[in-house]
Amino acid sequence: MTAETTERAAEARPEAVRLGRELERSRGPWGDAARRLIRHRAALVGLTVILAFVLVAVFAPYLTNYTYEKQNYTAVSTAPDWVIDLFPKMKPVGEDMGYVRVNNDYLLGTDGLGRDLWTRIIFGARISLAVAFVGPLTSLLVGTIYGMVSGYVGGRVDNFMMRLVDVMYAFPTLLLVILMMVFFRSSFTQSEVGSLAYRLNKIDAAFGGMLFIFIGIGITSWMDTARLARGQVLSLREKEFIEAARSIGVRDTAIIFRHVLPNILGPVVVRESLAIPRYISFEAFLSFIGLGVNPPTPSWGSMISEGAQAIKSYPNQAIFPALALFFMMFAFNFLGDGLRDALDPRASEANK
Amino acid sequence: MVQYFTRSLLGLLFVIFVVSVITFFLMHQIPGGPFAREKKLPQTILDNLNAKYNLDDPVWKQYVDYMSDLLIPTITTGEKKFSVIDDYLINIKLPFGDETTIRWMNFGPSYTDRTRSVNGIIGTHLPVSFRLGLASMLVAMVIGIPLGTIAALRKNSVADYFSMSVAILGVSIPAIVLGPLLQYVVGVELGWLPTSGWGSFEQLIMPAVSLGFAQSALLARLTRASLLQVLNEDYIRTARAKGLRSGQVVIVHAMKNAMIPVVTVLGPLFAALLTGTFVTERVFGLPGLGQYFIISINQRDYATIMGTTLIFAFFIVVANFIVDLTYVWLDPRIRFD
Repeated sequence: MTAETTERAAEARPEAVRLGRELERSRGPWGDAARRLIRHRAALVGLTVILAFVLVAVFAPYLTNYTYEKQNYTAVSTAPDWVIDLFPKMKPVGEDMGYVRVNNDYLLGTDGLGRDLWTRIIFGARISLAVAFVGPLTSLLVGTIYGMVSGYVGGRVDNFMMRLVDVMYAFPTLLLVILMMVFFRSSFTQSEVGSLAYRLNKIDAAFGGMLFIFIGIGITSWMDTARLARGQVLSLREKEFIEAARSIGVRDTAIIFRHVLPNILGPVVVRESLAIPRYISFEAFLSFIGLGVNPPTPSWGSMISEGAQAIKSYPNQAIFPALALFFMMFAFNFLGDGLRDALDPRASEANK
Repeated sequence: MVQYFTRSLLGLLFVIFVVSVITFFLMHQIPGGPFAREKKLPQTILDNLNAKYNLDDPVWKQYVDYMSDLLIPTITTGEKKFSVIDDYLINIKLPFGDETTIRWMNFGPSYTDRTRSVNGIIGTHLPVSFRLGLASMLVAMVIGIPLGTIAALRKNSVADYFSMSVAILGVSIPAIVLGPLLQYVVGVELGWLPTSGWGSFEQLIMPAVSLGFAQSALLARLTRASLLQVLNEDYIRTARAKGLRSGQVVIVHAMKNAMIPVVTVLGPLFAALLTGTFVTERVFGLPGLGQYFIISINQRDYATIMGTTLIFAFFIVVANFIVDLTYVWLDPRIRFD
């Protein structure tokens, strides 16, 4: 050993110590994932924006002096000064050809029925966020269980179950969902007191019309998850640890939920988080065509729909909710990308 | 291979059949009928109307009648006067006899618009939706695929980051947001394009872009991921090693395989565009069939609901079928079992 090597070894030591500490600090796969997520700058931005939306939605009643359904007939389609300055083609009353009534009491102006836009936007965040959280859960619940059973049981059952998924894929689900929404909305309101339909309708009304939206999401979105879950299970089924579990007599359900589920959860969660913006825009779409939330519950989709009718004269009524929807979807997309990198490093490598 | 296609074709017919059954029975379950009004019609008038449109028959009989009107071709001779009751979509004139014509696909009369047949409604409004759909698909492919290709070829460069930023912007901005935004900025503020209406090329641009942009982002991401994977394959290295120009390697060798996943999403993409047409037609005031579908549901116009649903279903299913065919053509390894 020459002095030179010793020197180099000494130089390398701090680095080795640091790596050792890092290893010690690692807290299993989930801890690693959390750290990767935090290091991912875009995801962090997304997360921050989402947290801001959550805070606004939760504390919405304290952030405004108005309620979302109160109509003020003396302030229909008004706008404050700064909004008029923002949109050059809006002309206040008093100017040549001016038509917009100025009212500085309302932060973003009022809509065609004299309701405060700001209040409706922050309450609308509640709807979109609820969809963002419950939508993936419905899809996860149905899709994962379906896919796991199909993949684990295999054989004829698997063949049949996957054929069904194929058929569902080719199916114009959206057309039927639209028809079903109309069916739910109108037939359940006339159902007998005490029947299942009546109860469902009561629940739905209590959530401002959200229940049927979730059902719609559930129907249209479980197939992707089911396919992914099945594929994952197929690759796991022959692994040694599953065989070991089976050989010591663990029951099938226990194998599926104890041993298989934790191993496929990563990719499935990633897929679901990437799908969140889709669910949000699905709700906005349904509300836009008038089949979403029950009025006067504010949804960004219905606000854009109403505002778009008057976009030439009052652009603020459509543009502000549209921007809110855009920022929320943007944030969830950022977070989804980050989660993919954090939880599913293999998938992200393929994408790099 | 013939067997494979026959089976796909049968599956296609089966899906349309199931759609027709579900739609028919579901729409008759929705409370209210085409003649329900705020102010109730006298019972006798209602009875007569129901009898006229056979709405007093049991639903299964109505279904059988409807489907046989639709599917069984008839042969007529002589000059035919237009009537809303027997207006056929397909009329084939035979070369012999006196105006002998095979007529097929009678969608029946509209229940709420007394002067039009469903066929007439489809004939006027479907081309609008169809042109919009095609134009936006074109927008999606023309923006998406080159963007994804450049991103993959110049991986981790400024071009790559730029394309992927555009892509993440695109998936965050659905037609419901981009439509009003474009309409305001380009239509009202800048005054470059008309804000609504249908007919000229200028009026097509904004709806097509607002509908196609989100899908272009999806295509860009997919193209990039898939092309990157292909570029790492051995046969690409071989192609480079034998001295082919890199343009040739990319276009001839890499692109064909890289396009396989892209082609498979074109089917679902077409369905997504359909959703979009409902929104875009409303934002830009286009006289498309999507609007009619929703209006007819709200009015319980049974014949129009059935007609529009079947037409939309037909297009979605056929799009999926074409995707299947293209898939086989692109990837000969796919087995036909």
